[in-house]
Amino acid sequence: MIRLEGICRTFEVGDQPVYALVDVQEEIRAGEHVAIMGPSGSGKSTLLNIVGCLDRPTAGSYHLDDREVGQLDDGELTQIRRHEIGFVFQFFHLVSRLTAQENVEMPMVFANLPRAERRERARQALDAVGVGARADHLPEQLSGGERQRVALARATILRPKILLADEPTGNLDSKSGRVVLDLLDGLNDDGLTLIVVTHDARVAHRADRVIVLVDGKIAKRAPGDRINEVLSLLAEEDE
Amino acid sequence: MRPVEVLRFSLKALTGHSLRTALSLLGVMIGVAAVVVLTALGEGARLYVVDQFNSLGTNLLIVLPGRTETSGTMGIGGVPNDLTLEDAQAIAREISQARRVAPISMGTEEVAFRERSRQIVVLGTTSEYQHARRVQLQRGEFLPDEELFRGANVAVLGHKAAKELFDNRDPIGAVVRVGGWRMRVIGVLAKQGTKMGVNFDDLVIVPVRTGMKMLNRSSLFRILIQVHAHTDLDLARDRVVDLITERHEEEDITVITQDAVVSTFSAILNTLTLAVAAIAAISLSVAGIGIMNVMLVSVSERTSEVGLLKAVGVNNRQILTVFLAEASLISIAGGLIGLGTGWLIVRTVVRLWPAFPATTPLWAVGAALGVSIVVGVVFGVIPARRATGLDPIAALGQR
Repeated sequence: MIRLEGICRTFEVGDQPVYALVDVQEEIRAGEHVAIMGPSGSGKSTLLNIVGCLDRPTAGSYHLDDREVGQLDDGELTQIRRHEIGFVFQFFHLVSRLTAQENVEMPMVFANLPRAERRERARQALDAVGVGARADHLPEQLSGGERQRVALARATILRPKILLADEPTGNLDSKSGRVVLDLLDGLNDDGLTLIVVTHDARVAHRADRVIVLVDGKIAKRAPGDRINEVLSLLAEEDE
Repeated sequence: MRPVEVLRFSLKALTGHSLRTALSLLGVMIGVAAVVVLTALGEGARLYVVDQFNSLGTNLLIVLPGRTETSGTMGIGGVPNDLTLEDAQAIAREISQARRVAPISMGTEEVAFRERSRQIVVLGTTSEYQHARRVQLQRGEFLPDEELFRGANVAVLGHKAAKELFDNRDPIGAVVRVGGWRMRVIGVLAKQGTKMGVNFDDLVIVPVRTGMKMLNRSSLFRILIQVHAHTDLDLARDRVVDLITERHEEEDITVITQDAVVSTFSAILNTLTLAVAAIAAISLSVAGIGIMNVMLVSVSERTSEVGLLKAVGVNNRQILTVFLAEASLISIAGGLIGLGTGWLIVRTVVRLWPAFPATTPLWAVGAALGVSIVVGVVFGVIPARRATGLDPIAALGQR
């Protein structure tokens, strides 16, 4: 379970402090599917980075299961990222010189898994996301949708408990986007905690819950299927 | 992460930018090849000089009139006593370690045959000289074994001297004039060029007694002593000094060993070899800067990859290892190719100039490879540390 208490994140830009997150309180249960929405600069990605242990809050506490993440050193955070958290990015971040298979194998290489096991697991993961036939292709030889599916296979190859996806369909056409979202839903159905940052209401609509951030604060919480109402309400409030 | 996995990952990264990798590898290759070739030339020069000395004979002591210590500089302050044929005779008689004793007188005289004449070096000595100095004859014979003081009127001509005076005629038996002395030619030396400053092709060798009279010298130029074994050199030198000191009632000679001269030259050329190796090593450090540059570009281009590695739980030590391995692979591969290239160049030199014994000393091979590897690692540290220091969020922000 993820528990965020009074999370603040402040950046110094020149001499001026910029408040990216202000007093964020949130709990996300294991296996939940949560979407984070909000306008650009609202703090969505910053929140995702803190949850993903890539960043530390300036104030507040973040509990991951029974651990206070703020008390952990960099090595322990690295271990959490390796074994408990997977990342999917808008621009895929596949290594261009490695084949799809090698990209999926990469986290296992650094986790010291034997080569035979790596190959078998990567092959299965690629099959599971429907790009097994493209295993020996370089990223440049794959379509956007295929690249994101390879990235998804890589993100889940070490069987994390939490998957963080930052605009996973932001760079895909609608058809490819749907395929990726279906895969994400499938993973969530299998018990993976899924946190998706998105601008797209259709993506948020699939979530159990939606958190809307405005100026670093949680402005609204709503079930996923009511996101359109929430967004309309927010738009009216703005006016 | 197992070393083989590090190597596989790093190799993949390097081959992904083959031109850039090849160019930085070229820098190391040139540096190592330079060390290999330059030290081979230096060592070749040393071996050549040593060989030149050895071709003049081994286990040699050279007795010079005058004592270096007396005035600080040999020759200044005068020579108290002449070095005489009697001294040479005493050495041959008293010093059991002496295998051969060859007194030498030297000067320049006009040598003429009929209308042809030339001014050349006249070397007066005995038959012992031929064996002590390994003098080769083309035809005829060397000076006869005769009593030291007799001084026959015979001469042995150098190869060029014979050619100049006699053209294609056989000089054996002919009479030449050496400084007005009529001398019968009994031998001609084989062509052997200049050895340690003495042109053995353009001289005339006469019996020492004759030479001293001819040149109007009361003192010998040198006494050459060949001892039985290398281990006899020190004892023989001490005994010669004692003997001559007793005879002259003062220590007025200098005895040097040819080994000492060889050692001096060898040391000078060794230093020279080290110096050129050091200069070549500078080019290796320049190559190291090239590696650093390439690796910095690589880190810069792969910022997003580093961010990804951090996101998937790769720790800083593993990232450092990967980038250091890449820098090391460039330097090791460059070093090995440089070694091969250098070896080929040295082989070509040897093939073109067989008389020059160019050979790369083993220490230079080890040093060149060692320095290239160290350079790769040292100059790879900064880029590797830059990679580990990248903020993963900022790094992932780059596409």
